[in-house]
Amino acid sequence: MSLQDKDRIFTNVYGFQPWNLAAAQKRGDWDNTKDIIARGNDAIIDEMKASGLRGRGGAGFPTGLKWSFMPKESKDGRPSFLVINADESEPGSCKDREIIRHDPHKLIEGALIAGFAMRARAAYIYIRGEYIREAQTLQAAIDEAYSAGLIGKNASGSGYDFDVFMHRGAGAYICGEETAMIESLEGKKGQPRLKPPFPAGAGLYGCPTTVNNVESIAVVPTILRRGASWFSSFGAEGNHGTKLFQISGHVDKPCVVEEEMSIPFRELIEKHCGGVRGGWDNLLAVIPGGSSVPLVPAADIMDAPMDFDGLKAVGSGLGTAAVIVMDKSTDIVRAISRISYFYKHESCGQCTPCREGTGWMWRMMERLRTGDAAVEEIDMLYQVTKQVEGHTICALGDAAAWPIQGLIKHFRPELERRIHEHNAQFAPETREAAE
Amino acid sequence: MANRHTAPDTPELRARWGSFVFTEANIAKADKFIASYPEGRQKSAVMPLLDLAQRQVGEETDTQGWLPMPVIEYVAAYLDMPVIRVLEVATFYFMYNLVPVGKFHVQVCGTTPCMLRGSDELIAACKGRGMEKGKVSADGLWTLTEVECMGNCATAPMVQINDGNYEDLTVERLDAVLDALAAGGTPEEGTQEPGRHTSEPSGGPTTLKEMVTENHDYRGEW
Repeated sequence: MSLQDKDRIFTNVYGFQPWNLAAAQKRGDWDNTKDIIARGNDAIIDEMKASGLRGRGGAGFPTGLKWSFMPKESKDGRPSFLVINADESEPGSCKDREIIRHDPHKLIEGALIAGFAMRARAAYIYIRGEYIREAQTLQAAIDEAYSAGLIGKNASGSGYDFDVFMHRGAGAYICGEETAMIESLEGKKGQPRLKPPFPAGAGLYGCPTTVNNVESIAVVPTILRRGASWFSSFGAEGNHGTKLFQISGHVDKPCVVEEEMSIPFRELIEKHCGGVRGGWDNLLAVIPGGSSVPLVPAADIMDAPMDFDGLKAVGSGLGTAAVIVMDKSTDIVRAISRISYFYKHESCGQCTPCREGTGWMWRMMERLRTGDAAVEEIDMLYQVTKQVEGHTICALGDAAAWPIQGLIKHFRPELERRIHEHNAQFAPETREAAE
Repeated sequence: MANRHTAPDTPELRARWGSFVFTEANIAKADKFIASYPEGRQKSAVMPLLDLAQRQVGEETDTQGWLPMPVIEYVAAYLDMPVIRVLEVATFYFMYNLVPVGKFHVQVCGTTPCMLRGSDELIAACKGRGMEKGKVSADGLWTLTEVECMGNCATAPMVQINDGNYEDLTVERLDAVLDALAAGGTPEEGTQEPGRHTSEPSGGPTTLKEMVTENHDYRGEW
């Protein structure tokens, strides 16, 4: 069974219709939000838990459970905050942009409901600096919502006071990490904090804070209107709901599309993207969840269900559901090396294994790209990725290590072929010595 | 980490920018930004204020704008922050230009999703037009930067020029955009593929087709 249009949450995802309040209300946004709030904090959180929604920012942590970590009352007068992560910068990801520029009221309404449920006094939406037009739309939508009394004092007539602010980033991928985002919001360099304390205990300005992805928040109003059981009727057990997939690379028609979780890879591509460029036999590999997850070779991905557990089973992950498709014309070593360069560029410089390691790994990858290396260096590179992984404050070190590990795991013969070819041409004596 | 350096702090720089102050309109904007944060947390506004300052410098120099040292000091004083804290922020985030740029800052995305769709050709085309990475062209119009993923992957490859994105590019389409800008025009932003609206599959959406022509309300079908 495939997802029907009536069950799609982001009906204006392509922006064929206006984003403004009047148009959004006609599509069903801000429809008696007061009633939803009247259900009470705990009822909303319970419903979200029952829906099975897992965070859409990449880690897949259950959203309702995350909200329940927030304090039920402030014992020392500290307010609580909701921070919405719109710092979409993971290579391949382009879904939050569509929500913000075409359906911003879903996000703002979700912010109010989520903020109320977790007893927050305000939401800060941290939008990446490069989303300039998108930020203009979002700010205009926030202003509209204030003017209509939907947020602010006595938001939507609920008796609850709630502010929504937008904060623009300025071009640093690391600010998508939740504690780096909090640092950045406080006016500092975006360098991640050690945990604990976790943000739910001490986050923004030292106050209890929850950081959620844009998509996680924007689906909330629809889930509460249609019920947890509606949302959980989609997708495999433990992977429920609908999801915005973003398909880029070597398909005939790259696009963003909302589909049911757990849809098989082949069906997703056939149905919406016009197939793989040059046919299915021409598929080389896929990075199924944004640059941080390991690639999956064609044979393994073909029938894999596109969800958290299904992609974990093939040694990768759903991440942000940013599907990067590569056909056989791809220089696979260069494709991964370019990702290594990305992490070198975006390392914040705080932890030595990442600051030094990302540069070292990229330089090594560039040598492997041309084959200017020794075969033993493949294993050395693998070892270094293992020394970076898990030895840094945040997950950027892991994210830099995994794509390389995936390449070595699945494409070692290609790496060796390049080395032999290069050395046969430029260093024949090395080859003789090796033989 | 990328190496970033500020422009040399020379007497000429001081003479040109030492008296920088926000315009009245920008003071109003700056104070609105500061009011978005709790009392006593005004330094949270350092990022929007640096952006505002860069844009004002841009207007005064007819470029995208940049942050001379005296301007950074002005923002620090405005927010009652030590200069080093503001300088840290200005050097950490890539969208703050630390050296002068051209009227049009051509930022070509070169990360893997764009690379797979042909960003190499776009960079070559820019270089072919005389642009050099990190330099201002002789006519003062262009600065070329290869940037990391801009989040337009379903409409790759793309460039961002100042505030506008141009997506689904080929060399010919990029040339058309750049020619129009050079001639003082305002080429339409977004996808440059004829017939494509935004990020739907090229040739028309496979889902939500009612939405193309009317603001359809699906609730009746729930």
